[in-house]
Amino acid sequence: MSQWVIKGIRTGIKTTAYPRGTENAAGVTPGLPLGGGFGAGATALVERCLTHALVPTDGEIAVDSRRCVHCYRCVRGVEHPLNWEPTYEWAGTAPRPTNELGRPFQRSIHILVVDAGDCGACLNEVKQLNNPYYNMHRLGFFITPTPRHADVLLVVGPVTDQMRFALKKVYEAMPTPKRVVAVGACALSGGVFAESFVCANGVADVLPVDLEVPGNPPPPLAILHGLLVAVGRKPPLAPAAGHAPPMAGR
Amino acid sequence: MNCTELKEQIERRWSGQAQYGFDASMSTTEVSCSRTVLVEVCRRIVEEWGFSFAGLIVEEGATEWRLRYVFYGAPGAGWMHVLASAPLAEKVFPSVVEWIHGADWHEREAEDLYGVRFEGHPHLGDFVLHNDAWQEGLEPMRRGFDAQAAMRHRRPDADWRPRRIVQEPGAFIMPIGPKFSGVTESVHFLLETVGEDVIRSSTRLFYKWRAVEKLAEGKRVEEVLLLAERFAATTAFAHGLAFSQAVESISGTQVPPRARTLRVFLAELERLRQHAGAIQEICESTALVVATSQAGMLEEELLRVSGELTGHRYLFGLLAPGGLLCDLPTDACRRALGRSQDILQRLNELERRLSISSSFLDRIEEVGAISAVTAKDYSLVGPVARASGLARDLRREQPYCGYDAFNFEVPTEQEGDGFARLRMLFAEARQSVRIMEQATASLKAGEEVCRAPALRAGAALGSVEAPRGATFHWVRIDEGGRIARYRVITPSFANWHSFHLAAENFAFQDFPIILSTFDLSVAENDR
Repeated sequence: MSQWVIKGIRTGIKTTAYPRGTENAAGVTPGLPLGGGFGAGATALVERCLTHALVPTDGEIAVDSRRCVHCYRCVRGVEHPLNWEPTYEWAGTAPRPTNELGRPFQRSIHILVVDAGDCGACLNEVKQLNNPYYNMHRLGFFITPTPRHADVLLVVGPVTDQMRFALKKVYEAMPTPKRVVAVGACALSGGVFAESFVCANGVADVLPVDLEVPGNPPPPLAILHGLLVAVGRKPPLAPAAGHAPPMAGR
Repeated sequence: MNCTELKEQIERRWSGQAQYGFDASMSTTEVSCSRTVLVEVCRRIVEEWGFSFAGLIVEEGATEWRLRYVFYGAPGAGWMHVLASAPLAEKVFPSVVEWIHGADWHEREAEDLYGVRFEGHPHLGDFVLHNDAWQEGLEPMRRGFDAQAAMRHRRPDADWRPRRIVQEPGAFIMPIGPKFSGVTESVHFLLETVGEDVIRSSTRLFYKWRAVEKLAEGKRVEEVLLLAERFAATTAFAHGLAFSQAVESISGTQVPPRARTLRVFLAELERLRQHAGAIQEICESTALVVATSQAGMLEEELLRVSGELTGHRYLFGLLAPGGLLCDLPTDACRRALGRSQDILQRLNELERRLSISSSFLDRIEEVGAISAVTAKDYSLVGPVARASGLARDLRREQPYCGYDAFNFEVPTEQEGDGFARLRMLFAEARQSVRIMEQATASLKAGEEVCRAPALRAGAALGSVEAPRGATFHWVRIDEGGRIARYRVITPSFANWHSFHLAAENFAFQDFPIILSTFDLSVAENDR
């Protein structure tokens, strides 16, 4: 078995500099579209967006990132593409921030992950947080299998009818104070499943959501940012120019 | 078995009861038969002519039910579709499960969603629509279903108890899920035990049913493409590709060569990444920490390679019917290939280390074995089937995207246990890189990557060997260019069907290991 010990030591440290520094490696984030001033091409772009994430306002296009499903129709195959920002600090506070976790939770939290109809990508990105590149344990974040130990409920998926009951039960079984983080476009707006008769339009239809991480799926760094915001170690994303306010369209 | 022989046999055996038709452009034999000989026709096709069952497609026409049983995999015989129909008022068909066990879940699903009954099926009801959540007789896939109507839910029954089969002193049922363990998809297991060994297990799925097939109806092609990519996004490209190929078949579009080669490159990159992820889960289930970290790093690096090459870590937003939405620079593909080759070297090293770690082998060898007979009976697909000696691979049997021009092997194993399934993943990863090398070498510069199809009404089957196995997408487009029927047959749907067998007669602590070696996706099954 010593081969594994030696292999582990030889591999060295791979972990990202984030959150102390920034992560600049290629391919860590798909980025998000950035709105802005658009002349004649604006209408064509807005029409191409199938999930209505592009909101036209006085010749400008605002982006409702909660609805963006990364289909790239606004960048690929168009004459005047939208700019995409390769950022990842996307987590924003939801409309109904209910409770504060407070000082006892600033150092370490236990997270319960519930799949409420996810396609597998968001869940896979959450899973990546445990690999050496992100290693969320170093930040005091731990995944727990039981609601009784959980401080943060992380929900992915649009909430299907057959998961609604289990999700509510899990939430009620968690001790207070607790926070709900909704991860991914489906959990925020229903995403491409919003019109399905068996899906809610996101977690907020079922539970009070405190934090929202947009993306389809959000990369691990964006989810990490969400958790850091949940414990008050990072500020939430300030609505920038060209981004629709978080609640537009709800 | 060639077409002429098939035609002769069918006409001799069932003259007047079955008609033979052949569509050369799709190499599809269509046998339309009456309900009385349906079971017999299907039985011969599988038992005598060596076809495998792919899936059942139910369509509700204006006046009649149309059932389409799809078969494939007989050497040199292409596709075989068996069609049966009945007036809408008569909702009864004979069940083929006695001879084709793989059709079991297909019939249960059709009964649940369409209300079509299958005479002779031993176990219909409570499948997709859970009885504790939905009222009976909902039939949501029927055209007349009103999705806006209220009052369709039941209150969950707190006193509900699962049916117990094992009646020994001290026997009990261990329920697992739908929320269980750390980062897992939602699925429910009932494990019956008298203490240590799982004697009987059953899997309850469809907690995540999003009614993708219903959602697609009446939508435009580009909208449904988004759904095809996103209903099971760990293998997004394969499913998007199957859907795109169905649309291209309907409209008779020829995909430009460069787009075809790029599609192969991306499909193999996705397979490599998905297999690395599956290997990581297997290492994690055996609690081998360093190996888990090593495999996790390789998966993340492949996600980054995908992200750098295409913009998206799961290859979203690349496919378009007729080709690709954008071109990828050849030198970027070369870079991605170089990094994939490097990652493959490290995967090989990981396999070498794993295969000499006795504590790891003790936990994975001879657990969760699936015999070749079971694999065939259950119509299993993908690495799970190939690990049990069933050499099924659509890239070889029904080549698409020009896979027939590539030089690669379809690795198989015989044991069918957890270790054989793990070795399959490593062996297929090597083949994927081999295909990527050939694809990169054959890329020609300056060619177009998309010929937008002129949509017309029709129906076609798109099939792709997804990382988890064969997937079949049936698409029907109506006169207005809208999707009239979208049926998705996924590899996980086929493989979940047999999973309970692998889990039985093993100790509890083997359960997560057996589960991880199957590399099953709940999202892909639930749709």
